[in-house]
Parts: sequence; structure tokens; C-alpha cells
Amino acid sequence: MAAVDMEVRDGVDRETIETVQAMSGSYKYGWATDIEMDYAPKGLSEDIVRLISEKNAEPEWMLEWRLAAYRRWVKMEEPRWAMLHYPEIDYQDQYYYAKPKSMAVKPKSLDEVDPKLLATYEKLGIPLKEQYILAGVEAPEGERKVAVDAVFDSVSVGTTFKAELAKAGVIFCSISEAVREYPDLVKQYLGTVVPQSDNFFATLNSAVFSDGSFVYIPKGTRCPMELSTYFRINAENTGQFERTLIIADEGSYVSYLEGCTAPKRDTHQLHAAVVELVILKDAEVKYSTVQNWYPGDENGKGGIYNFVTKRADCRGDNAKVMWTQVETGSAITWKYPSCILRGDNSQGEFYSIAIANNAQQADTGTKMIHLGKNTKSRIVSKGISAGRAQNTYRGLVSMHPKATNSRNYTQCDSLLIGDKCGAHTVPYIEVKNNSSRVEHEATTSKVDEDQLFYCRSRGMDEEAAVALVVNGFCKDVLQALPMEFAMEAQSLVAISLEGSVG
Amino acid sequence: MLEIKNLHVKLADEDKVILRGLDLSIGAGEVHAIMGPNGSGKSTLSYVLSGREGYEVTDGSAKLLGEELLEMEPEARAAAGLFLAFQYPVEIPGVGNMTFLRTALNAQRKARGEEEVSAGDFLKLVREKAKTLKIDAEMLKRPVNVGFSGGEKKRNEILQMAMLEPKMCILDETDSGLDVDAMKLVSDGVNALRDAGRSFLVITHYQRLLDHIKPDVVHIMAAGRIVKTGGPELALEVENNGYADLLAEVQA
Ligand SMILES: Nc1ncnc2c1ncn2[C@@H]1O[C@H](COP(=O)(O)OP(=O)(O)OP(=O)(O)O)[C@@H](O)[C@H]1O
Ligand SMILES: [Mg+2]
Repeated sequence: MAAVDMEVRDGVDRETIETVQAMSGSYKYGWATDIEMDYAPKGLSEDIVRLISEKNAEPEWMLEWRLAAYRRWVKMEEPRWAMLHYPEIDYQDQYYYAKPKSMAVKPKSLDEVDPKLLATYEKLGIPLKEQYILAGVEAPEGERKVAVDAVFDSVSVGTTFKAELAKAGVIFCSISEAVREYPDLVKQYLGTVVPQSDNFFATLNSAVFSDGSFVYIPKGTRCPMELSTYFRINAENTGQFERTLIIADEGSYVSYLEGCTAPKRDTHQLHAAVVELVILKDAEVKYSTVQNWYPGDENGKGGIYNFVTKRADCRGDNAKVMWTQVETGSAITWKYPSCILRGDNSQGEFYSIAIANNAQQADTGTKMIHLGKNTKSRIVSKGISAGRAQNTYRGLVSMHPKATNSRNYTQCDSLLIGDKCGAHTVPYIEVKNNSSRVEHEATTSKVDEDQLFYCRSRGMDEEAAVALVVNGFCKDVLQALPMEFAMEAQSLVAISLEGSVG
Repeated sequence: MLEIKNLHVKLADEDKVILRGLDLSIGAGEVHAIMGPNGSGKSTLSYVLSGREGYEVTDGSAKLLGEELLEMEPEARAAAGLFLAFQYPVEIPGVGNMTFLRTALNAQRKARGEEEVSAGDFLKLVREKAKTLKIDAEMLKRPVNVGFSGGEKKRNEILQMAMLEPKMCILDETDSGLDVDAMKLVSDGVNALRDAGRSFLVITHYQRLLDHIKPDVVHIMAAGRIVKTGGPELALEVENNGYADLLAEVQA
């Protein structure tokens, strides 16, 4: 086991930083929607858990599952090993359930959804009713359909293209609907990848998750379109605890996209999600995230605390999973999408861009657990730190005794903008057989003044120059994203670095 | 076009003075060449004009079409029509050459209040210009200057110049590292851009380039100053006799 911690603080002209600060602070999605909400009372107790379950009209077994998680959680302690600093979270000072009043009776179709909600999604660039995932984005490959599920605070608002997906046998709905409509599938798989006991935040989620998405791809089916979920936290002092469960049956394929935003609030909001991917023999799942929760202001006021547990279980031989994440938002990010490579010849990939600006803190990475023979994993992590931000890559690569002839390649690059930020790389490597190989490469560099000047001498302003250079630095990861998302991610990189230049 | 008066420049972090009262005046449509010994301040002049950090202007002015350059941000100078073909073009990993060109072109247009060029028009334009410079499609897709040979980098600078259509072009030793054929290509590229509304300042050590790009005026620079100005024959004199006689004559 090896642990390396490098910290680099490099000198960059103060003037540039000041210029940048002057231009800073423009979170594009920072408005709130004025919608009447239905809240559960503040705080967490068995009664709240019961109430959430009741609001979702859940069967008894689901309630029992939640209560078991709750009882476990009250005895647990919040983990403190990450390189993150934040004041203690008062879990009793949060709302655990909020729902737009207009959703009190679940709409039967999108036409019945509160127009204000739809307007919110439209503002976010998610044309729920349209064929494209993002308005105004060039779709070079023609009209690609994307089915969208949208989750607003605690409830799912609507899923598009349901009928068409049903024809292919694909189930794509909110998890609360799945609990009611497909209890056998949910019972069989829920909590089997991320067990209730996994960690403090996952246990909390198991007790109080209010909604999220559910996907089932039947045997031998290639999902006919990309699936997408948008999460938006709107209500104040409300935690969002969504839960996503994706099951890719033997020989199936799906590409799933996840996007997140939240309004500007002075207070910190908690987000603790759980994502479970079950990937059976010969199946493949691509899971892409663009996480753009409100990061807080430049002094660290407000912003989302993002504590997320994401894990894929490659249960069958030749199963494949690819996590791609662009993490630009949140005051705090604590997230390690992981791959359990159980099946022989299974493959896990993790591509990550994590940007931390101003007072943001990110502690993110992955775990590759090689259990099967001839398993392969690849990690490409690009961390960008600016302002006073701290960005940590934390990764575990573990080759078990039976995982013979397995391979891992890790590339971990950090880029620093300014002289007050930090980049840290913490790789853990365990190899317990003789035939497997692990390669790790890491670099840390400072944004290059000559490159910036070259761009500026060609007419780009400082921010555009930084955005271009940083996008170049992230290229390997951006390429792993689906085309439409890649463009959004590129402009997001630019937006999240506004006011960061060094 | 470009009017430089009594320019004094030192390094920002050190006491080293590089330009010591430089005067230079370039009219519209003219091609001027600057020659001078290594370290005389030629590149520094081009960097200071385009706004690179690290230098401090202690006196003097530099006006482009009547506008003071020295107070502008580098990108504003570019939008105003200044272009520098770098002596050492910079590599930008991960950024496609085309993306770079298009971002630059549209940034300049935006700054001037002009419409952005559509993807289709841009593609047509860049392919056409690249072809005349014998830059193949492969090179357009590669990251900016990364893994380019010395000559390819210089041709790429000229491609950028052709795309951005600046008014005042400074070429800093664009001929160094070019083989004979590339030299011809680059010169043809420059000559094609010669226009009554466009001026050139060509920094070079060799007469060879000036055989292709015929200058109207040749300046000799030494120790941070223009010490002698003449016609094309001055370049021949340098080629044949070196700087020693010229400089001695000036000091005398
Ligand atoms: N950033 C710097 N730091 C230290 N010295 C510098 C810097 N920039 C320029 N100089 C010095 O200033 C002088 C002029 O340099 P400059 O590059 O302008 O010369 P040049 O005329 O272009 O030379 P060459 O013909 O070799 O390209 C040199 O002595 C050089 O070492
Ligand atoms: Mg030089």
C-alpha cells in the first residue's frame, strides 16, 4: 500500500488573480423557482422515515428496509478521513422531504405538470417535451433522442419517451414508481451494490431517499436512446437524497447521463445520493455525470455539500462499466464512483474532471476492485484547482489473489491556477497476486503563462484563454463524454473557472 | 500604421534595460525589415508591442493607427489589428488547431462588434488557406503546435495570420528553421497578404527571406535602438560584411 501526498503552491502574478476575482461570481443556474412547497417537518426521526414512505405510497417491505437503515444510521459517525473542512452538519436542522404542492397528486402525463416546473427545466436547458437533451446545442450526429427523467427537490417530475422505451422492453421511471410497479426487481437488486451499512451517507440515503431514477435493460437489448436524469434542488434547507438503480441484464447496453443544478442559497444544502449499477454478463453501462450544484460564493458562503456513493458491480463475465464525471459545482464534493470487477474479463473505466474554484473543496476519485481474472481498469483524472480551492484525488486499485493477469492504468494530472490553491494525490495500491500489473502516473503543473499570452495575442480575453487551455488539459476526459454532453461540459469548464485566472 | 517613439523598456523584475529610445515609423502598405545582432532587442520589441508581461515601459509610445498600443490588453491589440508571428510558437496540448483558430477569429470579431463566423464558412476558409500553405488536414486537427516540426510551426503562424487578416504583421524570425521550399511557401503566403491597408515588420538575420519578401525599408538594430535605416541594399551589406563595419560606422 502506498500513499503519496503532494501539495504544490506555485507563484503566479497577483495582478492576474485580482483581475479574475473582479470578474468572478456568476453561477448561471442560481435562481430559485417560486413554487409552493409541501414540506415534511424539519429533522430526522422514525416518524419522518415513515412519512416519506407513506408519501411515496410504498409497500411495507420498503418501509422496513428504510427503518432498518435509519436505526443503523443513528449509531454511525460521520466519516472524517477526507481532506475536507466544514462545520458540523446539524442533521436535525434539515428538511428531508419537500414536494411542489402542485405535485400532491402525481401528474399522469407531462401535460399535467405545473408549467412553472417545466419552465424551470426549460431555463436549465432541458426541453422535457422536446427531442433534444439540450436546446441550442448542435447535434452533429443528427437528431439523437434522449429520454429524460427530471427530479425536482424530492420528487420525480416526469419521464419522456416512456412508451417508446417500453416497446424495447426498457424500464425507465422514477424509483418510487419502480418500488410500486416493479417490486420484484427492486427487491432483488436494491442495496446489493451499495449495502445499507456501506457508509454514513449511504445509510442515511437508504433511510430517507425520496426519489431518483430506475432503469432496467432486458437481456440482449441495446437501449434505443440515451437516458438522462436531471436533478434540481430548489427548496431551501432541504436535503436531496436521490437513489438511482440501474440494472443491465445480460448482453445489454445503456448510456446514462446525469445532470445537476441548484439555486444560490446562503445556507449549505445537503445532497447525499446513492447510485447502484448492476451489470450482468456481457453487458455494458456508460454513466456520465455533469455535476454543477451551486458551489457557494467566493467566500465559501452557501453551496451544496455533495456526499455521494456511486458503485458499479460487474457481476458477470465480460461486463463493462465506464464512469465519466465532470464535477464543477458544490461547496464540498465527496465522491468515489467505484467498479467491482467481479466477472472474469470485466472492465472498469473512470474518467474524471474535477474543478474546484474559490473556496470549493473536492475530494474525489475512484476504487477499482479487481476480483475476477483478466480484469482491466483505467483511471484518467484531471483535477483543476483555482482560487483558494483544495482538490484531492483519492484512488484505490486493489488486485485480489484470484484476479490473475489483471491490469490497471492510472493517470492523474493536476493543474493549478493561482498560488493559494492546492492539489493532492492519494493513491492506494494493493496487488495480491504475481501476474497483475498496476501503472500509476501523476503530474502537477501550473497553468502556463506563455500559453495564455499566446492565446491572448490572438485575440482571446484572459478568461477565454484559460478556458481553452483548461479544456485542452481535460481533453482525454471530455472525449469520453457523449457528444451533446461534451459541449455542455466544455462551456461549464469555462463558466466554473470564471474569476479564477492566474 | 505603426508609430513608435522613443521607446524605453526594461525587464520588470530586473534592472536590465533592453530598449533604449527606439524610434520606428511604418506607413500603410509598407514592408520594413529589422536586422541586428543576437540580443539586440528585436524579439523584446515584438513582445512589448503585443503586450507580453515581464517588461516595463519606462518611456515612449507606440501607436497603431493613432491608438496607443501600450495601454491596451494583448487581446485588444489583436482586435485592433496587430499580429505577431512568434519566434518560438507555443504548444497547447489538447486544443485542436482548428478550435484554436476559430476561437481566436471569433473573439476578435466579437471585440470589433462583428458577427461570428459560422462553422461552415470557417471550415471552408481555413481549408482554402491551409492548402496554399501546404498544411494538410491532419495538421489542422492536431493540438496547436504539439509535435509540429520547427518549419510546421512557422507555417502554422502564417496560417493564423492569413485567417485573422491583421493590419500590422510582425514576423519574428519566421524564416529560421525553414527549408528552401517552406521558405518559398511562407514568403508567398506573406506576399499574398500584401495590401495597401496592411503593413509588415519582418525580423530576420538573413538576406534570403528578403529576396522573396522585398522590403521597402531595412533597419539595423543594435543595443536596443535603430542605428541605421536604408533600402534593401542595407540587408545585402549585412549579408556580405556582417555588423562590425556598420556598427563601427555608427559609433564613429
Ligand atoms: N525575460 C527576460 N529575462 C532575462 N533577459 C531577457 C528577457 N527578455 C530578454 N532578455 C534579454 O534581453 C536581450 C534582448 O533579447 P531579445 O530576445 O529581444 O533579442 P533578439 O534581438 O531577439 O535576439 P535574437 O536575434 O537572438 O533572437 C537579451 O540579452 C536577452 O537575454
Ligand atoms: Mg529574437
